[in-house]
Amino acid sequence: MAAVKPLLATEGLGRHFGGLKAVDGVDFSLNEGEIRAIIGPNGAGKTTFVSLVCGRVAAGFGRIVFGGQDITNRPPHQRTRDGIAYTFQITSVYLNLSAYDNVALAAQRQAGSASTLETEVMAALTAVGLADRSEELARNLSYGHQRLLEIAMGLALKPRLLILDEPTQGLSDAEITGFMALVRQIAANATVLLIEHNMHVVMELAERITVMNAGRILAEGTPDEIRANAAVQAAYLGTGTDG
Amino acid sequence: MRPGNADKRVILLHLAVVAALFLLQFVLPTYHHGVFARVMVLAVFAMGYNIVFGYTGLLSLGHAMFFCAGLYGAGLTVYHLDWAVPPAFLAGLVSGLVLAVGVGVLALRTTGVAFLIVTLMFGQIFYLLTLYFAEYTRGDDGIVLSQAMRRIHLGDTVVDLTNPATRYLVAWALFSIVLFVTLALVRRPFGRVLIAIRENEERTRLLGYDTFVSKLAAMAVSGVICAAAGAAYALLFGYAGASFAEVHFSILPLLWVLVGGAATVLGPILGTLLMFYLVDFSNDLLNAYFQGWNLSYLGVVGVALVLLILFFPKGLLGTVRERWVKWLP
Amino acid sequence: MSFSAILLLATLEGLVTAAMLALMALGLSLVFGVMRVVNVAHGEFFMLGAILAWAVTTAIGGHPALGFVAALIVAPLLVGGVALASERLVLRRLQYEPEATIVATIGMLYIIQQVALTFYGPDARPVVAPFTWRVTLPWFGYSGYKLAVIGFSIVMLIATWLVLTRTKAGLVMRATQYDRETAQSFGIPVDRVYAWVFALGAMLAAVAAVLIVPIQQAHYLMGHDPLLLSFIVVIIGGLGSLRGTLVAALLIGLSDGIISVFFSPTLAKIVATAIVALVLVFRPQGLFGAKQR
Repeated sequence: MAAVKPLLATEGLGRHFGGLKAVDGVDFSLNEGEIRAIIGPNGAGKTTFVSLVCGRVAAGFGRIVFGGQDITNRPPHQRTRDGIAYTFQITSVYLNLSAYDNVALAAQRQAGSASTLETEVMAALTAVGLADRSEELARNLSYGHQRLLEIAMGLALKPRLLILDEPTQGLSDAEITGFMALVRQIAANATVLLIEHNMHVVMELAERITVMNAGRILAEGTPDEIRANAAVQAAYLGTGTDG
Repeated sequence: MRPGNADKRVILLHLAVVAALFLLQFVLPTYHHGVFARVMVLAVFAMGYNIVFGYTGLLSLGHAMFFCAGLYGAGLTVYHLDWAVPPAFLAGLVSGLVLAVGVGVLALRTTGVAFLIVTLMFGQIFYLLTLYFAEYTRGDDGIVLSQAMRRIHLGDTVVDLTNPATRYLVAWALFSIVLFVTLALVRRPFGRVLIAIRENEERTRLLGYDTFVSKLAAMAVSGVICAAAGAAYALLFGYAGASFAEVHFSILPLLWVLVGGAATVLGPILGTLLMFYLVDFSNDLLNAYFQGWNLSYLGVVGVALVLLILFFPKGLLGTVRERWVKWLP
Repeated sequence: MSFSAILLLATLEGLVTAAMLALMALGLSLVFGVMRVVNVAHGEFFMLGAILAWAVTTAIGGHPALGFVAALIVAPLLVGGVALASERLVLRRLQYEPEATIVATIGMLYIIQQVALTFYGPDARPVVAPFTWRVTLPWFGYSGYKLAVIGFSIVMLIATWLVLTRTKAGLVMRATQYDRETAQSFGIPVDRVYAWVFALGAMLAAVAAVLIVPIQQAHYLMGHDPLLLSFIVVIIGGLGSLRGTLVAALLIGLSDGIISVFFSPTLAKIVATAIVALVLVFRPQGLFGAKQR
């Protein structure tokens, strides 16, 4: 197999907050087109890690390489332009704007004209199933729909890497099924990095899983490998039956 | 807002307002004629402030300095350098732009309360400088521009800015231009970005926007518009004094914008007009019944601010937009 | 007078300013530290204190010291009451939201000024000092009252410090400042703490005013300059930091006094304001404040 340059790679990446070693030297690598899940107990550093990648949090030490370029010191808005999109763990849609305006903000930087913008926005809204609610204020949407709106915004950015931070939290089972179909669609055009606690979703969607614990990577592998991994079971999954 | 029929309604509404103001000059009695001319110029100041405060969500307490950059930029060049009106007006605009960018580059490194205090401080420095250089500005007394200085010579015709009719027209023209510029701005992608920054700046950064540059651009536009109002004021009403640089004059546009409705295009003119007449009216009323009580605009402004922020934070047009007319920009 | 004598005189004047500033800025800093509220009307509480001091001393005849002591007790209490009322009626309803609070306090500023203008009038009126003892130094005579002001302020500052660090009330205030939610879950009535802190801040300003009014005169616009100076002190010292406020008050008071003697007061103000703006831009936590959590 020819060696493929990874889309995203981190070398010894870390950030400490005073005494707390949130992320403590992580070597991570993600290939283009993958669907990768990051799992781990609360406080493992998963959100901090992806925040370091997208630039929300400044790196304390280490390197981040995206698309072959060192982005460690790039400001977050620049990294978004490079192709990294992040959807927030705590929903951060613009509550006082309509669904349309929310997605338009994501799409308008790259849209050439007003009509292109309209097309792009409606396409993203249709993909997540919110096309008929385009004029509704985001604060009037149900929680599940707000999560979908976040994903629509991520899509409209046309990213190379889409980072989803606990996207199914608070969603009903039916919504989760719809979400999984959506992710498989997205993965056709973008690399997906997903933080999840819902093991069903992880096992179904992810091609590879990275397990984090206490700011470090505990294990990496295919879903089957991870399921069988004793250390992971001890730290997180629990022994025996599936979750 | 998805583009559609609302566009036509919006443009018609604003054209109607502009037309109404144009027609009013033929029916207004002399006193009110003068008031409206003044109000339109001050409304331009309020519109400039609205861009930074209403749309971008930055509470600045130093905007009087941008008005005064225009006021003195035009006033001083006419008074000391014998400049003609058009280049003097331009001097005012350029001064406003330079000051806004300079202050913005420093002040925008801060947010929230710190930004408020920094702009307040810079505004204070500007005021103190007008006093320090009283040799040129005549400080609180101010400089008075004579009638001769306020004429525009276009070939054979002379446009006399001291003529009330001309003054009204010029004020109206400036107001209308700035109104449509503001309207265009806030309905463009740029306007949406400013609102996004106001609502959630971090989120906006993660959508790929350099929020510092956007905020700086908003300051620059705001500075130029406020300076245009200041320059127009000096040239139309013939006076430039240090009192316009005091903190009080930075608080007034805040009040006007809040009354009319922050982040609405027509809010500023509505707010400025209403507050002018409210202060006028209450002055007369209160002094008729309570002579010797020294009642002045102070009390009215204070009570208005408190009542507004408690019960009508969105102001008149803001409330109208929220309840009934959702397409109002 | 020789140069060093002038310098000494300027220093003493600066210390008086510093004393007044320290009390005023302390009030502002407490309010911001505990409530996260910027009270733009703080200068007006100062002014009210001065005006009420004039009213009390004029009402009570006889020896000026009698009226003065009465004013020192009555004025702060009344001003505290006004502050308490405004906190309950206005600030609490706004849930202390930063921007709304600022607009509301601007409104309060105007209302208080109007009230003063109506009942006190536009004139500046003097208040007689409680005693006219003159200290004779080798180079010049100096007002003993001014020295007393410095001394009294130091006493007040120590008293406040003791209250904050040694009493239960002070502990409650500091706990609320440090972490509001945790304080609430410990059963601390945060709302009441806020009300008392706001009143305390206003009272400190009023005390400063009563002390200073025999030296200056009472005028309805006198709150403007001390407010700006207090802002400067609080920012340089770091919002919410007691020690920082004191050091900054000393610095600002002394430099204001000294520079004003040797250079134009306008220039002094320009320089002071510019320094403050730049400190806030480049080092927002001031000289002593901790970086925001």
